[in-house]
Amino acid sequence: MRKLSYILCALGIAVLFCVPAVTEVADMSYYLDFTTRVVIFAMAAVSLDLILGYGGMVSFGHAAFLGVGGYAVGILSYYGITDGFIHFGVAILASALVALFIGMLSVRTIGVYFIMITLAFSQMLYYLAISVNTYGGDDGLSVRGASVFAGVVDLADRDQLYYASLAILLGMLLICYRLIGSRFGMVLRGIKSDERRMIAIGYSPFRYKLLAFVISGVMCGIAGALLANQTLFISPAIMHWSRSGEIMVMAILGGISTLFGSVIGAGLYLGLEETLSRFTPHWQVLLGPLLVVVVLFARNGVLSLIVPRRAKTRHG
Amino acid sequence: MNGVLALEQILNGLQFGVMLFLITAGLTLTFGIMNLVNLAHGILYMLGAYFCASLTVATGSFVGAVILASAATVLVGIVIELLTLKRLYARNHLDQVLATFGVVLFFNELVRIIWGPASIYSSVPPALSGQVELIPGLLYPAYRLVIIGVGLVAAAALVLLINFSKLGMLIRAGASNRIMVSAIGVNIDLLNTLVFGLGAAFAALAGAIAGPILTVESGMGNDMLILALVVIVIGGIGSIKGAFIASLLVGLIDTFGRTMLRPLFELFMTKAAANSAGPAVASMLIYLAMALVLFFRPQGLFPPRTR
Repeated sequence: MRKLSYILCALGIAVLFCVPAVTEVADMSYYLDFTTRVVIFAMAAVSLDLILGYGGMVSFGHAAFLGVGGYAVGILSYYGITDGFIHFGVAILASALVALFIGMLSVRTIGVYFIMITLAFSQMLYYLAISVNTYGGDDGLSVRGASVFAGVVDLADRDQLYYASLAILLGMLLICYRLIGSRFGMVLRGIKSDERRMIAIGYSPFRYKLLAFVISGVMCGIAGALLANQTLFISPAIMHWSRSGEIMVMAILGGISTLFGSVIGAGLYLGLEETLSRFTPHWQVLLGPLLVVVVLFARNGVLSLIVPRRAKTRHG
Repeated sequence: MNGVLALEQILNGLQFGVMLFLITAGLTLTFGIMNLVNLAHGILYMLGAYFCASLTVATGSFVGAVILASAATVLVGIVIELLTLKRLYARNHLDQVLATFGVVLFFNELVRIIWGPASIYSSVPPALSGQVELIPGLLYPAYRLVIIGVGLVAAAALVLLINFSKLGMLIRAGASNRIMVSAIGVNIDLLNTLVFGLGAAFAALAGAIAGPILTVESGMGNDMLILALVVIVIGGIGSIKGAFIASLLVGLIDTFGRTMLRPLFELFMTKAAANSAGPAVASMLIYLAMALVLFFRPQGLFPPRTR
């Protein structure tokens, strides 16, 4: 079974690599934009899966980091700075600091309280973005220049943005796989299944959970910076709580604690949005019941229908 | 700020607070008793408002419309409960969040299909559209006073029901140990549905009476739901008393934040800075309060005694 999932992963990556060429030939550049969007949201979903699936932390405010990363790019280019290293450096630093702050106050809480406190902080950032009129407030902010890396890589170019995003996503997946197999990951998973026992054998859950939360926040912040580059527009709506809900849906649709499942979940969610909205402007009326059905009948995510889980995992 | 203005703000805060309480009451009961994170509670508030706006036009009577709208919403709520929520009680919070998120998407869009994407404005019934001079110099809209009154009466009725009736006794018993309650022969499924229906009635009532002073639109329940969750966490999950006090607290904090922070900031900032910082901090204030409560008293201000 593991072999099958490796093959599927490799196949998926190969398909993703061919997307720009295929859309170029078939003259469907729209689908390149769509796939870029999927790749970017996959990062957000993977970052959430890292803390949700392996740390048991149900963050209901992850869209806040999309906003932090996005606004970092938007505000810098507002002042005429388009250097990609500065853009992404600031995005990473800012989301790390925000994650550190939120994490310090929230990772001590568990269960539904953690859900609520992360929600509270993302709402705070949402309202902050709405009320700062210098940067567009409620109307949002146009990104005046995409990130340019040393004059070589220009994210305004759609192919370059796509490959950059894909490379970053693959890098993140690799880092996450290494991370969860490492000592750090073992401790994190131990804390998820039994925090008290981990304390008893001498670990301090706080530090491990906080670090995981910061790593996850940074990953989501990078996704936000890329998203700002793609849409060249950033508004508070990116931090709305329903956006956090969507990221969570993506992670869960593909099956939590699978990492790669989050990528599939992101593709599935955005794909559904795309196809359903073609039939009717009221596509949410179809998507809503579909989510309910998935929760009620496909308990380990859609991926579990293709690749059976090796063992039953316990969810937090 | 003089006394009259302060009193007016207190009344505004109270009015917002009791509205919040009507929504929160049902949510904290389902949360406390069935251990269900129900994001779909906000749509009951929204449905109440829509039903009431349509029924007011259809029947010509506002009071009749409020009652009918609440009844209709209870029916819809019970259908939702039987079809989806019932299967979620035994699941983890993650599944509950996801499934009820789906329910929210469905109803927000359904409302857009039925009533159209534009907001609906309904007016305050003529008999209540006047203003009342409470103390010399303070004219206050009669309708807002009625909201405060209705909210307080409903809160009192709920406290009486929970603390002094057979049903209330079962609800409290269910909150402390639902397995034991079902073992001694109480139909816990029926009890859950009843509690959910009760919560739906309160949320619909809030939506119905809020209709005339707010715009009725799709998604209006979402923001209220988030506020209700904040209230529950501050008050302590499952506690009616906590929900009541926290509702008023959140209502007052929010109202005073919006009116007082700007002048307060002007004392030590430039006018321009205060103009942008005031509203920013004001809208974050209740979330700040919730974060503080969670940090220093994670179980909320008034956690239920049982458990």
